[in-house]
Amino acid sequence: MAISLKVNGAAHSVDVDDDTPLLWVLRDTLGLTGTKFGCGVAQCGACTVFVNGAARRSCVLPVAAVDGEVTTIEAISGREAQAVQAAWTARDVPQCGYCQSGQVMSAVALLKEVKKPTDQDIDQAMNGNICRCATYVRIRAAIHDAARALEG
Amino acid sequence: MTAMRLSRRTMLKASAGLVIALQLPLPGRAEAAAGDAPAAPIAPNAFVRIGADDTVTVLVKHIEFGQGPFTGLSTLVAEELDADWSQMRAEHALADAALYKNLAFGVQGTGGSTAIANSYIQMRQAGAAARAMLVQAAATRWSVPAAEITVERGVLRHASGRQGRFGEFAEAAARLPVPQSVTLKDPSAFTLIGRDDGSMHKLDTPGKTNGTAQFTLDIMTPGMLTVLVARPPRFGATLTSFDDAAARAVNGVVEVKQIPSGVAIYANGTWPALKARAALAAVWDESKAEMRSTATMIEEYRALAKTPGTLAASHGDAAAAFAGGGWVIEAEYVFPYLAHAPMEPMDGYLEWDGQTARARFGSQLQTLDHATIAKVLGLPQEKVVVETLLGGGSFGRRAQGDAQFAAELAQAAKAIGPNRPVKLVWTREDDLAGGYYRSIFVHRLKGVVQDGRITGWSNTIVGQSLAVGTPFESVMVKDGVDATSVEGAREIPYDIANFHCDLHTVTSPVPVLWWRSVGHSHTGYAVECFIDELLEATGQDPVEGRLALMGSQPRLAGALRAVAQAANWSGGAVANGRARGVAAVESFGSFVAQIAEVSAGPEGPKVHKVWCAVDCGVAVNPDVIRSQIEGGIGYGLGHVLYAELDLNGGVPVQTNFDSYRSLRIHEMPEVEVVIVPSAEPPTGVGEPGVPPVGPAVANAMAKLGMGRPSRLPMVRGMV
Repeated sequence: MAISLKVNGAAHSVDVDDDTPLLWVLRDTLGLTGTKFGCGVAQCGACTVFVNGAARRSCVLPVAAVDGEVTTIEAISGREAQAVQAAWTARDVPQCGYCQSGQVMSAVALLKEVKKPTDQDIDQAMNGNICRCATYVRIRAAIHDAARALEG
Repeated sequence: MTAMRLSRRTMLKASAGLVIALQLPLPGRAEAAAGDAPAAPIAPNAFVRIGADDTVTVLVKHIEFGQGPFTGLSTLVAEELDADWSQMRAEHALADAALYKNLAFGVQGTGGSTAIANSYIQMRQAGAAARAMLVQAAATRWSVPAAEITVERGVLRHASGRQGRFGEFAEAAARLPVPQSVTLKDPSAFTLIGRDDGSMHKLDTPGKTNGTAQFTLDIMTPGMLTVLVARPPRFGATLTSFDDAAARAVNGVVEVKQIPSGVAIYANGTWPALKARAALAAVWDESKAEMRSTATMIEEYRALAKTPGTLAASHGDAAAAFAGGGWVIEAEYVFPYLAHAPMEPMDGYLEWDGQTARARFGSQLQTLDHATIAKVLGLPQEKVVVETLLGGGSFGRRAQGDAQFAAELAQAAKAIGPNRPVKLVWTREDDLAGGYYRSIFVHRLKGVVQDGRITGWSNTIVGQSLAVGTPFESVMVKDGVDATSVEGAREIPYDIANFHCDLHTVTSPVPVLWWRSVGHSHTGYAVECFIDELLEATGQDPVEGRLALMGSQPRLAGALRAVAQAANWSGGAVANGRARGVAAVESFGSFVAQIAEVSAGPEGPKVHKVWCAVDCGVAVNPDVIRSQIEGGIGYGLGHVLYAELDLNGGVPVQTNFDSYRSLRIHEMPEVEVVIVPSAEPPTGVGEPGVPPVGPAVANAMAKLGMGRPSRLPMVRGMV
């Protein structure tokens, strides 16, 4: 059955089963592969996207239940996104890099909500995103860097 | 290294007859390796390609999965080439053992923290050869002696005022003969190696920040089918029969085929494949399967550890020392099965037309994978191309001596026939329940203290061998002892007069594999906890006591002194509810000492900060070293705190991150890394950060009165 959804500003009609998770529609149907599969059960955060600006785990969100416009790593924009990606690059945060799309999405979502996050805020916002390379020291530092850059 | 110190790396090196040859591979192969990349006017050898656009592309023979070879090998080339860092690019070389073998292994592959160590001279030679050819091309064009030309940051210059960039000479240089020998820089002239001013960003960072980095899972080609395999629930079981009616009825399913490892589902997309696999009914023959629970296996191994095993090493007379009337102290340490759980589960792409094949995936032992794919498809190896892709982590998982994954990929393609490209995907459940674990190990230790000194030490180890039954067996297993089971335990850094180490190698259908830091992942914990306990019995300070026994280990002692200084070590005693513990482990030729600051948290130890000193010889990329140490500490800590892979009646219990608990950001300590200055040849850092953190935490817990955990993980139970 065709399902309509809006992704990164473009309208799509996708012919998939209703229960197909948004993750696989993004990746397999629309070719937006920046969003990653890591666990399939909303435990690791590699699949994080925005739905109407809020961070969601796309691996457990049936496409038929998507209730707003989807934004993926390929299309994030705005001051927070730029600050986060600049900080990630300056700190050379990624190692294998596979989880980092999800980390960046969660960090952008945090900075949109909390302009000057404390370490506790970062723990709260980021503890759903696993990094098996354990780049956590740099993720934390880069979020603080990005917050400072947004102040200035 | 003495004969006693046979690590995985040195054993392979010995078998391969390591020669660092001055001859560089011939040009031409590199152009073939360029694939669909832009035109390559110069290929001074297989490792460097200089474009008319001034870019310098390094063809990296090692897989990049986060440990940094793209940046590291490119740094080595750029240094001798006198390139500007901004013009450097990196891409994976194709599988080709003749050109791209790991000089420590003799085959193409990555492991044992060898990427920088085995490339240090080779890649500098490649850069120097390319530089010499560019200089000669400029000398000819400018009609000046080559010796009068200087090169700096990608620009060739002559005192006459002439200057030009690499790209302007790339084509002319490509027509020149490759120099047969080159002179490398004296380290005092290095400008990029060791540079630590924040200007040497990793070459793979941008694509890993904006979602454009291409992993295997991201491959999509016309007509490609996504494949999932239904495998037996217990290790060693085989397929009896299956009913695929319900599976075939799933919308999007194309085919269902039996393959040697199970039943392959072919579908248009991942979700249909997942649904179909869930709908498949299969019957398995479990007559040869592992039916035991890990709890049972551990009890068997604990009993075995009380009996003598195969001798791994001894000196002096440990038995006499124990009988001599001193204070005898015993300890037992039990280590669980561990999965690697890289963020990107195993996956691979293969297309073939019956005559030629192209595989694309995160191959870590390219030579073995290449041969295996060719064999399964019945093709000559030269008709098979293996293209290495970025790996979403590995920690050892992608390096399989039995090439199990490559074989399954080729079998999946073969079963459906030519001209049907396949992408084989493992889910997280497939990954965690799929074996190739770090083996369960049991260590039983005995020490004796007499007159305030440690006079005897014995260690009996029980575990599975990762080498038996693989191509590595002949070089790794000697006199019944798998070197990787005892490395770090049969040669300890402490001068103890009477020493004994033996091994029981047990078997199970559960496949085991090297796991980041290999044997040191358990021997580091056992040895460093036990020496700490013995030093405590002698009343000595953990740092001073270790140093007093490290007379033959100047570099490890140096790292220990450096970390003690960085942390202002004063004994580790409890202050403000926090205590500190120390550990020092040499692995893969690198010397690492750590101090952990720990308090008692609601569910067990809470680790606040880890100081680390590392001596890895010449520090090629200091920031990559720091990041690998940070990550190694997080990886090591997460597993000693939380991770175990249990079997219940042979069936894996933890099958996703809801139960195979992974370290999260709020559990990551602050990390401070000190790189000990060294002029020794560089060694690796991918693994050596892992072993010391567990025992450092345990030794702090002893100070807190919590005791050194004898059973890992320290925090047991669910997430």
